[in-house]
Amino acid sequence: MLWLALHLPLLPLEVFTRGGQSPSNAQAIAITSSVESSATVVAVNRPAQACGVIAGMSVSVACALASNLHTLARDVAKENATLSRIAAWSLQFTSFVSIAVSGEILLEIEGSLKLFGGLTRLHQHITRSVADLGFNASIACAPTPLAAQWFARSRMNLRVQHHDALRHALEKLPAALLCDNETTRNLLENFGARTIGDCQKLPRDGIARRAGQRLLTNLDRALGVSPDPRLPFVAPQTWSAALPLPAPVANAEALLFAARRLLAELCGWLAATGHGVQRPKFEFIHEKQIVTIITLELSSATRELDHLSTLLRERLARTELPCAAIEIAIASGRVTPLASRNLTFLPDSAGQVESASRFVEKINARLGANAICGLTPHADYRPERAWRACQPGFNSSDSAASSQIPTLSHTRPLWLLTAPRPLRETNAAPHDDGPLSLLAGPERVEAGWWDGQHVARDYFVARNKAQSLLWIYRERDITARWYVHGFFS
Amino acid sequence: MNTSPSASQALTGVLTGVLNHSAVWRGNDFAQVATPSVPSGFAELDVHLPGSGWPTGVITEIHVERPGIGELQLVMPAAARLTQSDRWQVMIAPPYLPYAPALAAHGVKLSRLMLIRPKTLTEQLWACEQALQSESCGSVMLWLDQTSERIPENALRRLQLTAERRNVLAMLFRASRAASCTQAALRLHVSRETGNTVVRILKRRGGGIPAPVALDLHTSLLRRPGTTQRDAFKYVSDAYAPSFATH
Repeated sequence: MLWLALHLPLLPLEVFTRGGQSPSNAQAIAITSSVESSATVVAVNRPAQACGVIAGMSVSVACALASNLHTLARDVAKENATLSRIAAWSLQFTSFVSIAVSGEILLEIEGSLKLFGGLTRLHQHITRSVADLGFNASIACAPTPLAAQWFARSRMNLRVQHHDALRHALEKLPAALLCDNETTRNLLENFGARTIGDCQKLPRDGIARRAGQRLLTNLDRALGVSPDPRLPFVAPQTWSAALPLPAPVANAEALLFAARRLLAELCGWLAATGHGVQRPKFEFIHEKQIVTIITLELSSATRELDHLSTLLRERLARTELPCAAIEIAIASGRVTPLASRNLTFLPDSAGQVESASRFVEKINARLGANAICGLTPHADYRPERAWRACQPGFNSSDSAASSQIPTLSHTRPLWLLTAPRPLRETNAAPHDDGPLSLLAGPERVEAGWWDGQHVARDYFVARNKAQSLLWIYRERDITARWYVHGFFS
Repeated sequence: MNTSPSASQALTGVLTGVLNHSAVWRGNDFAQVATPSVPSGFAELDVHLPGSGWPTGVITEIHVERPGIGELQLVMPAAARLTQSDRWQVMIAPPYLPYAPALAAHGVKLSRLMLIRPKTLTEQLWACEQALQSESCGSVMLWLDQTSERIPENALRRLQLTAERRNVLAMLFRASRAASCTQAALRLHVSRETGNTVVRILKRRGGGIPAPVALDLHTSLLRRPGTTQRDAFKYVSDAYAPSFATH
């Protein structure tokens, strides 16, 4: 077994601030344990740290040190929700994830090493991905979960793989990690046992009598001498998350930055559960409870972060936000199973279909749903009804429709006018910037009496003075007017 | 020097071999540039095009005297062949409606055809760039100069650079009054004279300006049995005979 522990020391702060980029001149923020005046500071951001505010000091002292300190009460419910979302996200790396009582996320990664190309690579990959989510994490690996937790908590980015190495590495850790109450800590200090190595040298029965059995159990579990079972985390069936923005944002790029944090979480969860989203819903919550809802309509399910954020970017560019947003919420909507695809060396047809549907989605997102269409022939004698617009690539068939109608396609022009344009008539001959000479025809089209759109026309191919070929027709009714209907391009 | 006929023949053979090498360029003559291309479907035109066909991965600019003189028919065989091999044909901002039955008759696989109609020039250029980037597109056709908006200087250069990255047939249709100095690697002028569509190559890689090529694109259209010019005249005179009589 090899355990990787993710410790998020700034989680209380980051649940509020990770929606925004942190500029150097940002406001000093401190998270307090409660709203009462006797509360203590739990976490601080960099500008507050620069003023000398540190975790553990009382709020009044902190305010005295930094006059413009912005204090926020800790939101434990939000922290727990975030923790379980990170746990769901990390299921993409391994099938066994557990959330420790003290807030670390534990991943059992021994079985994943080969897939991700070795421990070093996996470690780097996770470090980078966690940073993309907007968290400062300290990550450590050890053969036992408790040892990994301790290394991560004491900010030692160790990657210990063997039990012998573990024993050496553990010896250097502070003894305070072994127990969680103050009296035992003081007791160990009085013994002169500063490190775990010192505690190991003390007689076991003595420690058990004086400091309790729990300390020894922890030590044995960390060393792997006694078992340390963990509860597996189970991924939720649906996914939704909200992210408050540190300051009101009206700029699309800044909104996208925050949305990308959440999308990265969503894509991790989708990868872990083997699903894809087809209709993700984005809510931008503005001041005064105004909500802008954007729903992306995808032609096929996907879980690709870049694709989703490109689509969102195009949609945001097209959407007018009423005012600055203060929170972003994303809901997965209905998810559909989506198998991973094998990578191929040569381009294959599956990849082409996928990239075409991506292209269509991108165009739709920017230009609106009506900007792109495909064409399909339709079995009708009337030329203007012999085609239909359709979803690109979703034609009924290439040959079935046209086979019902005898093909006269050689006398059909490549360009058709949306509405036939009336022609002048001089000396019984049609005129369009000079007289038209008829080259071929007539072809009689008479159809549609059954649906009220009756047409009776004689079609000709005509040439105008400038030598363009036109497709013109004459109405076979009392007016007998000439119209141009298309160009032979 | 006394060389036997067979020896001189052998020398000529060697010389032809050398001269036909793609790295050798003769100043007075159109060099055979080894560029990836798609046969245009017109043998008369292919001999004048670099790489013996429409070059892919570059922008081809087609200056059209007037719409409706055979400009679409000129590129249709190549585009149709690409759709048959399941690559998409994207038409951006066409001046009229491409007529589905006629496209099908030209061999276009309609399930591989996309029609995009952006409203502004910026959106047209953006859509074209996206199409050129997409892996699935085989041919991209963009009609410019339909709006009065001025085309930004760098927009066409941007398209050219995008096209270079991928093996795609990129056609830009422009009015012949458009600016003559552009980044396009191949520039053609299409006009119509005495019943034929005349293609003039204005610029090509490999140098040299060949004589105009006249293509008879509409023969099949006019030589169908039963629909002759005489029939058409007869129809008109028959139809109007009563009205002539009353006068």
